[in-house]
Amino acid sequence: MSKRIPNPSAALSSRSDRLFEVLILALAAVIVLVFLLSVYQLGTESWPAARRFGLDFFTSRLWNPVTGQFGALAMITGTLVTSLAALVISVPLAIASALFVAEYAPRWLANPVGYLIELLAAVPSVVYGLWALFVISPILSRWEQGFFQAPEKIALYTQCKALWDAGQTTLQCFFVPSSFDGRGLALAVIILTVMILPYTASVARDVIRLVPQDQREAMYALGATKWEVISRAILPYARAGIMGGVILALGRALGETLAVAMVIGDSQDVLKSLFGGASTMASVIANQFGDAQEALHRSSVVTLGLTLFIMSVIVNYVARLIIARLTPKGIQ
Amino acid sequence: MMSAVRTDRPPRHQLSAARRARNLLMGGLILLATLIVVAPLILIFAYLLREGIGAMNVNFFTRVPAPEGETGGGLANAILGSVEMLAMASVIGVVVGVAGGIFLAEYPRHPLMPTIRMISDVLAGIPAIVMGLVAYGLIVLHFGFSGLAGAVALGFLMIPIVVRTTEEVLKLVPHTVREAGLALGLPKWLVTLRIVLPAAAGGIVTGVMLALARVAGEAAPLLFTAFGNNQINLDPTKPMSALPLEIYRGATSAYDENQRLAKAGALLLITLIFLTSLLARRASRRK
Repeated sequence: MSKRIPNPSAALSSRSDRLFEVLILALAAVIVLVFLLSVYQLGTESWPAARRFGLDFFTSRLWNPVTGQFGALAMITGTLVTSLAALVISVPLAIASALFVAEYAPRWLANPVGYLIELLAAVPSVVYGLWALFVISPILSRWEQGFFQAPEKIALYTQCKALWDAGQTTLQCFFVPSSFDGRGLALAVIILTVMILPYTASVARDVIRLVPQDQREAMYALGATKWEVISRAILPYARAGIMGGVILALGRALGETLAVAMVIGDSQDVLKSLFGGASTMASVIANQFGDAQEALHRSSVVTLGLTLFIMSVIVNYVARLIIARLTPKGIQ
Repeated sequence: MMSAVRTDRPPRHQLSAARRARNLLMGGLILLATLIVVAPLILIFAYLLREGIGAMNVNFFTRVPAPEGETGGGLANAILGSVEMLAMASVIGVVVGVAGGIFLAEYPRHPLMPTIRMISDVLAGIPAIVMGLVAYGLIVLHFGFSGLAGAVALGFLMIPIVVRTTEEVLKLVPHTVREAGLALGLPKWLVTLRIVLPAAAGGIVTGVMLALARVAGEAAPLLFTAFGNNQINLDPTKPMSALPLEIYRGATSAYDENQRLAKAGALLLITLIFLTSLLARRASRRK
């Protein structure tokens, strides 16, 4: 009874379908190719430095192109300290602004404010650097110079200077300015804080909006104040998602380059002074790769790049994993 | 049916003074924090407007930077370089990105799909400066500094952004649309190309614009790929300048004239990026 109707175009269309699939797959495979090429490129170019220094590369604080000694401790601590400090300052601000947009502001205000925060993420790194250099660093510089009006502060500076020259510091000396032009660790932290704010804020806003209305209403029905609803119903519910946004911002902070390179003062001292020069892995790549003539220097800079690559990949992947797990299925 | 009851205001008299005070205090802090978050954007834009608008004359758009110590130059080399490199970068970003998005959305059961999705996400996390190192090793090491090398670095950076937005908008196209096409006897590739893609075109264009706005401001990957050029150069195999590169050089320069050009360049760049994001946002909201 049921007789297969021969369809002359079926064979044709299945062949063209397969052709299309192969074509799309081939183009999509370029994504994998780009990744593999990156790994290969960074791996082979960092090999000379990796073979020469081994794990000492990460634990040595000597970075001297003249003597051919390359240890990245200063850049690694600089990267971690600036990123984590910026994170600590920006997270409460970002969550607060997300709460404002999602819970407090009326609609006519929430949309523009939310949009302004998103624009903050669109400002290029160099523009942040330019602004920090021309506007914030003179303010910091005035403060640093004012610090040394009192004679006892000058005595303190002399003490600390001796410590710094010996490659050491104390907690007290960490807060004594070692440079007076406003550039340094503190300015890098300030500008990084501003730069990563929108990433945490936009993720936090999205997950706060996902908190079911029932949660709020139940708390209000019990007579809770707005803040009690936020602190006991909304934030605990959104905690994991906000964490994802925080880690995403960390990934941004680790790789942020030119704004930091312009303002951090490019010094290879390990955690000398909050108000003095420092460096990050990204800032050293930007500042030194172009001038690195010697092969070992060049390879060491690429090793910094590879380290940064691995750190960012891990951090970003964890962030995306957390965020993806929280996105409700079916909505997408 | 109960009418909607406003639940956000419990009766005042039931609250202890301490709870009421804490509620007000936290509300005030949240408002203050929001002002602190938004302030830099307004301060930066106001600063650039004040400092940069004066330099935005005809020379700014038609001349190249004056020799150091002289005045009256412009950033024509950087504007043209940026346009050319972004055009080349979008070829890579759009072709690979859209294809990647189609693959992820239309072939969800393909065995390679989880791998490609994961690697695309990983790619999104690679810092721009590291992509500069990669493009240096792939191209500059063999062929020298060139606009093309810069465009490749920028194109690679665009890919994951375009992939993600394309995948998301393709998934918004209802399945019934695809089924209708298939029921009419169209092969899957025609359904994808002639029905699904056009339906999602607006969203894809939005994604591409966002990706362009994102990489248009990148100077880090161009430092040792495009390298910069003081003259107007339209040859993609030669070193080329770009707006973010000139902003970086000018901002770190000791010469007033270069700093002035950098501020005007930053004003132009930031305005273009804001307009692009605004248009992209408008377009995506209309859908």
